[in-house]
Amino acid sequence: MDKKALQEKAALIRQHIIREVYHAGSGHPGGSLSATDIMTVLYFNEMNIDGHNPLDPNRDKFVLSKGHASPVLYACLAEAGFFPKEDLVTFRKLDSCLQGHPSMLKLCGVEMSTGSLGQGFSAAVGMALANRLDGKTSRVYAMLGDGELQEGIVWEASMAASHYGLDNLCVIVDHNGLQIDGWNCDVMGVMPIAEKFRAFGWNVLELDGHDIDAILARLAEARQHKGTPTVLVAETHKGKGVSFMEDQAGWHGKAPNREQAEQAMAELGGVL
Amino acid sequence: MADKIATRQSYGKALVELGAVHQDIVVLDADLSGSTMTKEFAKVYPERFFNAGIAEANMYGMAAGLAISGKTVFASTFAIFAAGRAFEIIRNSIGYTGANVKICATHAGLTVGEDGASHQAIEDLALMRTIPGMTVLNPADDVSARKLLKAAADMQGPVYVRLGRAAVPVIYEEETDVQIGKALTLREGKDYTIIATGILVSQAADAAEQLAGEGIDVRVIDMHTLKPMDEEAVVKAAMETKGIVTVEEHSVIGGLGAAVAQICCAKAPAKVSFVGIRDTFGESGKPDELLEKYGLTAAHIADAVRAMQ
Repeated sequence: MDKKALQEKAALIRQHIIREVYHAGSGHPGGSLSATDIMTVLYFNEMNIDGHNPLDPNRDKFVLSKGHASPVLYACLAEAGFFPKEDLVTFRKLDSCLQGHPSMLKLCGVEMSTGSLGQGFSAAVGMALANRLDGKTSRVYAMLGDGELQEGIVWEASMAASHYGLDNLCVIVDHNGLQIDGWNCDVMGVMPIAEKFRAFGWNVLELDGHDIDAILARLAEARQHKGTPTVLVAETHKGKGVSFMEDQAGWHGKAPNREQAEQAMAELGGVL
Repeated sequence: MADKIATRQSYGKALVELGAVHQDIVVLDADLSGSTMTKEFAKVYPERFFNAGIAEANMYGMAAGLAISGKTVFASTFAIFAAGRAFEIIRNSIGYTGANVKICATHAGLTVGEDGASHQAIEDLALMRTIPGMTVLNPADDVSARKLLKAAADMQGPVYVRLGRAAVPVIYEEETDVQIGKALTLREGKDYTIIATGILVSQAADAAEQLAGEGIDVRVIDMHTLKPMDEEAVVKAAMETKGIVTVEEHSVIGGLGAAVAQICCAKAPAKVSFVGIRDTFGESGKPDELLEKYGLTAAHIADAVRAMQ
């Protein structure tokens, strides 16, 4: 998919996110919108996946370690053909496959059940290890939030991935600077992120997480890199694409009302 | 005198045998492979052994990822760090996903001995029982440990296996049929029933022997599977004998006794009394000294039966 098509796809995914959260009356729009451009490139350019053959043993795998950003994952899976787009409005409702946080046993295409921060990363390390044991060339991707870096298991997993030289693993940190209680630097400082991963022996690439060209280029570099795992530290904005949500901690885990949702959809070029 | 073997030794041996049969077995440890005995597997199958370092949370997270990718994973450390420290990782990444991980936790209970309370897991069975879909095993001796471990490897899904540090008597013949979910009756009896689990099963058998000399006829059941529990064996004991004494090297809160009482309350009301660790932490000491001080010997079990009369 070329840059223009990816940008159009990202806009569609942002519209899905607003619809999902609006119809659910709850959910996490902020961190879904910040991760959208990266996830769009992963699902529609980078990864070897097929929504019509979701269990292909040689597929690449994506783990959303920041599981609360489930709206963006579901939007990507629906757009990629894993399930009907009409089902997106069932998000967070009783009997839905679209649980508040992703469940692999409820929805085919979700590679790992996540929601408790840090654990998806750890599982992704195990998946990358399994691929290597099986002699597979397929890759494992995991997306973490920056607040998530406060979890101790993240650094245990970082140490292990580096120790075992898992160059088939690519982690993306969605560095939007915000978490529920406010700015990372006020809650619990996580900086400097790049230096921390470098010290743990990772190949570190920094980029603007909303620049499609940069995302394409850095993911390609990560694929070429051998010997150590790669982390992409992506500068992003929480709520990206919806003016009143941008860089606002208050939109971490809150649904828009009808008026707000309509305004958001208008800004994103869609209708509710 | 029967041979004495620690169930962690049985584990080390079983893993090597299972590794030859199951090519998909991968073993993880958290810097305790010399104590949990996973080093035996590591020696024979180094390419399928991974040390996670002193990082139990990540070990169980990696175990989940490996299992979800098709591996049968045995991941070991001391029970306090497995069921305790890594509880929520086991709950969310292994239990909730139904991952095929066998959490083989050694050094459980007071008989860890000299290391003291910080290392004596006396609540692990309670914690693991609460996780939906988790099979919970607590073998009594070498034979049943090896057979249950093989059964765990042969089944899909998460299993917690409680193993001990101290050598305990071998009570079963090699031919004994040991199946997950099916209690073993060591001795028939019509007066009372002792339902024991883990390394105290042999103490329970000794207690029944003492009581037989006094004319008290006691049934002894080895409840090696805490979950799913053999309800039929419990209900029969409740209906056919005058009372049940449960015996476990674990807190009386949430373990075998609680599970047996729950079954009795719902299906066959019976008098039940509980031999186990009261609401207290352990301490340093030799295993035998600790069992004596905390009321977990054959003599204590016999007293609990006599008190039912």
